[in-house]
Amino acid sequence: MIRVEKLHKTFGTGTRARPVLHEVDLNIAQGTIGAVVGPSGAGKSTLARCVNLLERPTSGRVWVAGTDVTDLPERDLRHARRAIGTVFQSANLLRRRTAAQNVAMPLRYLGVTAREEKRRVAELLERVGLTDRADDYPAQLSGGQRQRVGIARALALRPKVLLSDEATSGLDPAATRSVLALLRELRTDLDLAILLITHEMEVVREVADTAALLREGRVAESGPVHQLVADPHSALGNALLPDRPVSWDRPGLGTWRLTYQGHAVPTDWLTRLGADHGLDVHLLSATVEEIAGRAAGRATIAVGHDRADELTAALDGWGIHAEPLPEPLPESLPGPLPPDHSARAEEPAASEPASEAAAETAAETVV
Amino acid sequence: MSTDLDKLWPLLFPAIGQTLQMVAAVMVIVVAVGTPVGVVLHNSSPGALFPHRALRATLSWVVNLGRSLPFLILMAAIIPFTRYVAGTTIGVSAAIVPMSLAGIPYFARLVETALREVDREATEAGRAAGGSRLQVIVSVQLAEALPALVGSLTIAIVGMLEFSAIAGTIGAGGIGYLAISYGYERFDTTVMTATIVTLIVMVQVIQFTGDRIVRRLAH
Ligand SMILES: Nc1ncnc2c1ncn2[C@@H]1O[C@H](COP(=O)(O)OP(=O)(O)OP(=O)(O)O)[C@@H](O)[C@H]1O
Ligand SMILES: [Mg+2]
Repeated sequence: MIRVEKLHKTFGTGTRARPVLHEVDLNIAQGTIGAVVGPSGAGKSTLARCVNLLERPTSGRVWVAGTDVTDLPERDLRHARRAIGTVFQSANLLRRRTAAQNVAMPLRYLGVTAREEKRRVAELLERVGLTDRADDYPAQLSGGQRQRVGIARALALRPKVLLSDEATSGLDPAATRSVLALLRELRTDLDLAILLITHEMEVVREVADTAALLREGRVAESGPVHQLVADPHSALGNALLPDRPVSWDRPGLGTWRLTYQGHAVPTDWLTRLGADHGLDVHLLSATVEEIAGRAAGRATIAVGHDRADELTAALDGWGIHAEPLPEPLPESLPGPLPPDHSARAEEPAASEPASEAAAETAAETVV
Repeated sequence: MSTDLDKLWPLLFPAIGQTLQMVAAVMVIVVAVGTPVGVVLHNSSPGALFPHRALRATLSWVVNLGRSLPFLILMAAIIPFTRYVAGTTIGVSAAIVPMSLAGIPYFARLVETALREVDREATEAGRAAGGSRLQVIVSVQLAEALPALVGSLTIAIVGMLEFSAIAGTIGAGGIGYLAISYGYERFDTTVMTATIVTLIVMVQVIQFTGDRIVRRLAH
């Protein structure tokens, strides 16, 4: 378990004091992955460094695997750090050591016997699928492989808690996916609490159980990922499952923003609206993903004003949250854009040609 | 006024021996003291293992002091100290004192620079892996900087060779002494040329060997 309570961190003192974290609360249970996202400079790495004790909090408390590590004296920090595995961006491997020697580093520091070291290193490399690369130097490994060595090293002392600071930044999509799959596997197999720091929503969608948005050193939003994506007003949920704003204004049609999540929602809801309810549905945009093991979606649809009640009733029955979009839309489109029509209108009035962005959105409507 | 070639060897040979002896002795002291000083200089800086503004400022000031005087002036200035430490102010053992005093801060700066090239995050990884400061210094910082440190060592040896030649001029023996007493004072061109050639060869051999080792260490 990782627990952070009212964490403050200020760098420097006096006139040079620079507050970086304010009142940060965080909770990551064993067997779950908690993501922390946020813009650059939000304090994500600082938060991670306060958890793995490379940095002392200015105030607040930090628990790791049941131990309050906030006030540990300097000499106990080393011991406490061994309960925390850390995976860094770019893995931070020693360039002059082989993969096996890098993995062995924490074991050497601890002072295990040569036999035990050899056995454990082989076990760890196998765990991350790099048995055949044991004697390669980091320069001979791909970014994804280096990251796996970093993960193996972080696991060497059987920590209860794993910290990963931008571990997949700079990896290509395939390598990212394989590293994330490994983290997910480790979470479950080893019952780890994983603090995953990232700026990629993709990563959160793929592996996180809970997520927190850090903005200017404060937790702006947090919660289980499946709840966030189901919340139509959550900025984080919107970032996780973006539904591009759609501009579509037709006389007689009302526009609706739908948000849903969970097994209860039939995946064929769209067809059923037509087939079972006889509704003429215009699908304007939609994103559907599997998040935290469940289907989650956001969609924008348009339906005739006179059928609004039927629509909401049907959606309600399935557990799909529906919200009418305000009319007239700030940027609206009077139907298909004529080819010669300049899309550069400065401030489009209600029934004037819309901006370029809106035109693009209409053209890119996802089905 | 020229020494015969067969008389050259008996002069040159012991001189080379004395020079090597001086440089070797000084290098032992310089590495033994300069390395820790360089390690502390590096790690007392912000963001390193034990940031400490006052310690760093003081140490840096002392090191700069040692490096600001030209060797010849330093050597003359500390003669009382040399007499106190070595019991004499001439000969090889007397030369070792000023050479070490000049060499330690020189090498310390080289070590500091070499360590600065090691990824700061590698040090963090060492700490996060539960390493003590000493373990991290040895197994991460110094180990990762090894090629650069060998390069520093090469530079320092060449530097000490130069200092030994200067020390020779005030009676420390070795090649410098030979160059001054025969080449300069007696206008003996043969000895002068021989000392120059010897110094050139020594520097080339040291540099060549150093480069070879660095290349072998590089992965
Ligand atoms: N040791 C330090 N001393 C002073 N300021 C620091 C220190 N470490 C971080 N900061 C400041 O704290 C703020 C947050 O930094 P941090 O590295 O935690 O951001 P981040 O969210 O990880 O950003 P990124 O996504 O770019 O990695 C930044 O403004 C940074 O300049
Ligand atoms: Mg960061």
